[in-house]
Amino acid sequence: MFDWIQHFANWLIYGIAGFTQGTHLGDALNFFVYDTIKILVLLLLITFLMGIVNAYFPIDRIRNFLSRNKLYGGEYLIASSFGAVTPFCSCSSVPLFIGFVKGGIPLGVTFAFLVTSPLVNEVAVAIFLGMFGLKTTVIYVVSGILLGVVSGFILSRMNLEPLLTEWVRKIQANAEQEREAFELEKKSFFQRLPDIGKESFGIVKSVFAYVILGIGIGAAMHGYVPEGFFETYIGKDTWYAVPLAVILGVPMYANAAGIVPIIQVFVAKGIPIGTSLAFMMAVVGLSIPEATLLKKVMTGKLIAIFFGVVTVCIILSGYVFNVIL
Amino acid sequence: MRSIKILGTGCAKCKQVEAIVRSTVAEMGIDATVEKVEDIEKIMAYDVLVTPVLVIDEVVKIKGRVPSGTEVKALLA
Repeated sequence: MFDWIQHFANWLIYGIAGFTQGTHLGDALNFFVYDTIKILVLLLLITFLMGIVNAYFPIDRIRNFLSRNKLYGGEYLIASSFGAVTPFCSCSSVPLFIGFVKGGIPLGVTFAFLVTSPLVNEVAVAIFLGMFGLKTTVIYVVSGILLGVVSGFILSRMNLEPLLTEWVRKIQANAEQEREAFELEKKSFFQRLPDIGKESFGIVKSVFAYVILGIGIGAAMHGYVPEGFFETYIGKDTWYAVPLAVILGVPMYANAAGIVPIIQVFVAKGIPIGTSLAFMMAVVGLSIPEATLLKKVMTGKLIAIFFGVVTVCIILSGYVFNVIL
Repeated sequence: MRSIKILGTGCAKCKQVEAIVRSTVAEMGIDATVEKVEDIEKIMAYDVLVTPVLVIDEVVKIKGRVPSGTEVKALLA
């Protein structure tokens, strides 16, 4: 599927620009051109597809469904998958959180959503697909969803309601189960397509700089860092590698677009995939800006518990990946 | 006099909506107040799950996306 891009990169770098194949600089440039084009194509495709899904995604109905039905644990999976499908804009996670609370959905289920929402998003999936291929992408998505389920379930056992900020507790006390749906938008599929296209173009434009930066750094490392370089320091046998990577990753906030190409090079140069995935999850899933936003609805103690539980789950998943992958 | 509110916690999309609404109102020359609501408590009073939201005369018209100028014009006509 991507052969034509490789041919193009070869033609541009080795043919037109005259670099010799096999030299560090030539290979790094070739890698850069190939990856950039491939990622951009995938980003446009996937954001467009997700735009269509989201235009028709009945957010209100899912919430009502969750608040009305007892699902014996299934609600965690639904909420978490729901977090994966919704586009992640940090500014929407707080309104959604409140909306869930207002609908009388248990806090643990709401947390399941909150964990997965930034972790699995269309930009990350597109770039993962481009850099690691289908198998690793599926593993990432599935484990992201499971991580939300497990964290949400653990948090639900901890009686955290008193740690919400006061106005949120008031909302929770007055939770209503039935909500009226708003007037549905009456626009045909083809009328909406231009808007969806424009939006996906906008998303790609907004992450473009991160993609270039990430691939640029990745390409430079690819050409200059020797194979197996990291393996000497942090191989599978280094037990503290996973927690160290995760703890370094939590406060960091990088766009998924920028971080994946760099992680791909880590993996190529010998860092175990589990350690790398755990690092990626910590960077994208938890961040200081997110904590600041959550301050509106949670006390500091609750944010600390939330981050703590998710961090531990990410560390454990890193070990699991290292064993099974 | 129409009342127009844009609900959003300050992300890029919310700012886009505000700009579109303001320019459309100016272009149409109608008598309307345009207010940007950033306080999450006030936003949640409209029971919305996604931002940005466009509220015209206290009715939620568009949520979760940025409308085009023509769309806003039609809603205000």
